[in-house]
Parts: sequence; C-alpha cells; structure tokens
Amino acid sequence: MPGLHTIVCLKVVPKSEEVSVDPETRTLDRGNARSEINGQDMNALEAALDLKDTYGGRITILSMGPPFFEPFLRLGLAMGADAAYLMSDRAFGGADTLATSYTLAAGIKAIGGCDLVLCGEESSDGATAQVPPGIAEWLDLPQITYVSRVQVMKKARLLRARRQLQSGYEMVETLLPCVLSVKLGINEPRFLDFQRWEWAMEEAPVTVWTAADLGLDEGYLGLPGSPTAVSSVGAAPSAQRRGEFLSGTPQEEAQQLLERIRPLVRLS
Amino acid sequence: MLLGGDVQPLAAEAIACGADTVILAEHPLLEPYTTDPQTKVMAGLVLEHKPDMLLLGATPNGRDLAGRLAVRLRTGLTADCTDLTIDEKSGLLVGEVTGFGQGILATIECPRHRPQMATVRPGVFTRPQPDPSRQGDVRLVPVELSEADQRVRVLRRSTSKGVDITQAERLVVGGRGVQGDFALLRKLARLMGADVGASRVAVDQGWVGHDRMIGQTGSITRPKLAIVCGVSGATQFTVGIQDAETVVAINSDREAPIFETADYCIVDDVFQVLAPLIDALEREKAGKKG
Ligand SMILES: Cc1cc2nc3c(=O)[nH]c(=O)nc-3n(C[C@H](O)[C@H](O)[C@H](O)COP(=O)(O)OP(=O)(O)OC[C@H]3O[C@@H](n4cnc5c(N)ncnc54)[C@H](O)[C@@H]3O)c2cc1C
Ligand SMILES: Nc1ncnc2c1ncn2[C@@H]1O[C@H](COP(=O)(O)O)[C@@H](O)[C@H]1O
Repeated sequence: MPGLHTIVCLKVVPKSEEVSVDPETRTLDRGNARSEINGQDMNALEAALDLKDTYGGRITILSMGPPFFEPFLRLGLAMGADAAYLMSDRAFGGADTLATSYTLAAGIKAIGGCDLVLCGEESSDGATAQVPPGIAEWLDLPQITYVSRVQVMKKARLLRARRQLQSGYEMVETLLPCVLSVKLGINEPRFLDFQRWEWAMEEAPVTVWTAADLGLDEGYLGLPGSPTAVSSVGAAPSAQRRGEFLSGTPQEEAQQLLERIRPLVRLS
Repeated sequence: MLLGGDVQPLAAEAIACGADTVILAEHPLLEPYTTDPQTKVMAGLVLEHKPDMLLLGATPNGRDLAGRLAVRLRTGLTADCTDLTIDEKSGLLVGEVTGFGQGILATIECPRHRPQMATVRPGVFTRPQPDPSRQGDVRLVPVELSEADQRVRVLRRSTSKGVDITQAERLVVGGRGVQGDFALLRKLARLMGADVGASRVAVDQGWVGHDRMIGQTGSITRPKLAIVCGVSGATQFTVGIQDAETVVAINSDREAPIFETADYCIVDDVFQVLAPLIDALEREKAGKKG
C-alpha cells in the first residue's frame, strides 16, 4: 500500500521584529526585514515529516509568493520534503484570504490532490487563520483547525486530532483527505539533513507556476479577486506610560510598588 | 443568530443585551460545534436574510467558522478586529486590525461584496449592561441536517467553565519568565481580587488554559491594574494590555521591551518581588480582621 501524500502550505514572512512603520509616510517598511519560514508552517512541515517517518509516502510543499521564496522552499526539501511548487505571478499580488485560498486550492488540484493538507494555524504577517478553512471550502474537504496532535490510522483512512478550544480542547476524527491547521510550537522542527543538502539546493526541482500555466481565471486572483481592501495603514498609537523604575532590594521594590498601586487593590 | 442544541434560554439574554431579533436554529448536530453543520445552517440563514454585515467572535471556533463561511458566501472577511466603525460617507463597515511588528494598525473595508464579514477580538467592546425590560422578536427556524452533513466527529471534549479575562478589573499576568510556576501569581491574584492572565508562550507550554491568553491571538483586556511578570513585551502581547489603566512590569532583564509599556517597572527576579508583596498584603488583611 502506498504511503500518505501530504501537501504542506508554507509561507515566507518577514521577521516581525524587523518590520517597522515609516513615521513619515505611515506605511509599512519591510526594507530591512529579513525573511523566514512562518513558524507555524515549520511545525506543519515537521508534523508531515513525522507522518512520513511512520507511514512512508511523500511530502509536497506548496507556496504562493514572489520568486525569492524559492530558497526557503529548498530548505523544506533539505529537511525531508520530496517536491516543491511555487505559485508566482504578478497576477497573484495583493491577494486577500479569499484569493489566496482560491489560488492555493487550485495549486493543490493541479498537483493532483493528496491525502492530507497541512497548514500553519496563522501566518505572522497576515495572522488571519482564514486561509486553511478557505482552502478546505474551495476543495470541499473537512477541516480541523488549531491542531496540537495528529494521529493517522492509515488502513481505515481515519485521522484523529486534538484541537484547541477557547477554554479546553477536544479530540475529533475525520476521514482522509482533509485539511488541518496546526498550532505554533506543537513540535520541534528537525534540522536540515545534510545528506539531502546538495540535492535540495541544486538538483531538486522547484516547479514555478504562473496563473496562465494553470489556466486560472484572473478575476479570482490577486487584487481583483479580493473583496477586502486596506483603506489605511499606520503606526498604532502607543499609550503614554509613566515608565517609573523602582529600585532597591526586592523587599523595598515591593514596598514602593504597594504604595503606588494600593488604591487599585481590593483585598479579598 | 443563535445556533446550537438547546440555545433557547440564551435568546432572552441576547435581547436584554440589545438584540432586536434573535434567530434560533436548534439541532442536535449543531452541538457541540463542528464546522460543516454550522457553516451549512449559517450560510442558509445569510442567503435568506441578506444582512449587510455579519460579525462573529474571534475565538478558535469563531475563526474556524468565519473562514469557511466567507469562502462559501464568496465575500470578504476582516479578521480579528480591534475596533469596528461605520464610515459616515460610504456607510461601509471599517474594521481595524493590528499587524505584526512595531504596533501597526490597518483599516480594512469590503466595498462591493455582501455581507461584510468580520471577526471581533474578545474584549474589544465592553459588554452591554443587560436590560431585562427590553422587548424583542424570537424566531425559531427549521433546521435540516443529516449525519452526512457532519464530516468531523467530536470524540471527546474537555472544557473548563472558562474564565473571561476580558472583563477582569485586575490581572496578574505571567510569561515564560515564571517558568511554569504560577502558584505565587495565583496567590497574589486571589489576595487582590484579580484574575490570572498569561502570554502566549505560557499558554503554549500548557501552564494555564488558552482562555487566559492575552494579546493578538488571545484577548484584549482593559483592567484597572495589570501586574505583568516575566513577559518580554512583544507587540503581539502588548496590544492585549494597552488599554489597561495601570501596568506594572517585573522582569529581570533591564532591556525587556515590556518596560516601555509599563507605568511601574521593577528590574528583578519575579519570585523575589512577589513574595514580599504577598507578605505585605497578607499582613494588612490579617490586621484588618484582627
Ligand atoms: C501571529 C502571532 C501572534 C501572536 N499572538 C500573541 C498573543 O496573543 N499573545 C502573546 O503573548 N504572544 C503572542 N505572540 C508571541 C509573541 O511574539 C511572543 O513570542 C510572546 O509574547 C513571548 O512570551 P513571553 O514574553 O512570555 O516569553 P519571552 O519572550 O521568552 O520572555 C520571557 C521574559 O521573562 C523574563 N524572565 C526570565 N526569567 C525571569 C525571572 N526569574 N524573573 C523575571 N523575569 C524573568 C525574561 O527576561 C524575558 O523578558 C504571537 C506571535 C505571532 C507570530
Ligand atoms: N501565500 C501562502 N502560501 C502558502 N501557504 C499560505 C500562504 N498564505 C497562507 N498560507 C497557509 O495558511 C496558514 C494561515 O495563514 P493566514 O490565514 O494568512 O493566517 C499559513 O500558516 C500557511 O500554512
């Protein structure tokens, strides 16, 4: 019996601590920000590698973004993924979550489908968590979001997952194929496999697809395919804080603090 | 819209809090929440009633549903709003969202598609005072669902009653710096009538429940006093306390960014400071009793 085919949707994001707002123009300045693979997506990839270790099969990385994403996808190949596809076209630019999930779902269909789609819970720049449910809806597949543990019963094609709730968790199950989004930090992404390094960096094919390659309708893509529009961007006003440093021994610090906050404390 | 297994008792509460009409959809497959049945029923109701706007809570299940529903309805969704306004000229819903990095604010509109969808961060709006004398319309609608509509089955759930830290007047907050030891924080919280909150790292480590998470992924809180212990102060965290009246930060690292958003700053080991603080409060309490 062939193993599982898992597609991991992986996004490259600017390191958030290196992005700033230009105080003059009040627009986003990504100029000096370095990029990295979205943290949650690394966890999704590791979850896929873990399933591959257990059940065999193969892993395909799928991403939508500019050409500079390519070396990051190769890192995923060096970690253990088998193939990578980059959907890259000016027509994809400015996509909101409706257009992004449409495009990625079209990519998944073009790859020929799979047993499992793994996404991160949210991206650190978009931070909407909407793309995974969107992909699931476009593909008419069941979805399980905010997953912290995955278990597959391959023979029965059954997947069990532990899912985060607002105040607790639940165990759920569904039949493959399905779409999952995993939480940040659910596993420890492995190091690169140096035996794969040369292959991953030089030989491994990273297929780049444009909208025309897949015959996609431009009305669904990028800016024209996005119902939402950003009407303004700016720096968040920061609250004026006193910034008073208390000093001394811990006892003295506690005493000074208590004097200052005593009116706000109700002893109970 | 109220969807669930037995949600009728909540209708009166919704009306008392300001709803004019409550549409009730009850079915065993709507409880507990799973994506497919909820999406199907809600999409049907939206197509029937054609609202201009559709708002959902930005909780894990709210976001799970909203993301799917927006695609089914082929409309736009502004996620995790920290404020909602109506543009006076255009009449459009304007959602304010926070971005990554150094506290970026953006506003997002959905000009041509309906409904204009948004999910709203827990706690960004103050809960209305219920007025039991308010009148409203309750409509129970028929629900058609079958087992085939539910592709994901819930095997087991473990939920606590859940705390709502968005309503807390006082908060004692712990981050990675408390290293899993929330005992002193809980003690302090109990003593001063506060709730315990946490950074995402503390929640992801499993030290406290998800319902106590503060920040971009967690809740927006607006307490009178927040004592923040062992939290570095990433923007994704500080958006959750920026509306607090008074913020105290205790962190052993003088350079931690949390001090830039605090009124009172203590550079020290959190446990060394909390112990005498608790002592002093306990002594005062005992004094009052005696
Ligand atoms: C899309 C996205 C959304 C996010 N949403 C949220 C969110 O909603 N909420 C949130 O909190 N985070 C969120 N984060 C994560 C956020 O960026 C930070 O990683 C997180 O807030 C850090 O948690 P922390 O301060 O507890 O841990 P750390 O950053 O590790 O800080 C620990 C601090 O404890 C101090 N410390 C250590 N020991 C002691 C001691 N003994 N006494 C005193 N101080 C000590 C250290 O000096 C350090 O400053 C999000 C991230 C992303 C990418
Ligand atoms: N451009 C993209 N390319 C590949 N995957 C993406 C892209 N955008 C979002 N995703 C996936 O969807 C998840 C949630 O992203 P978001 O909805 O933007 O918060 C991410 O963690 C990725 O797994």
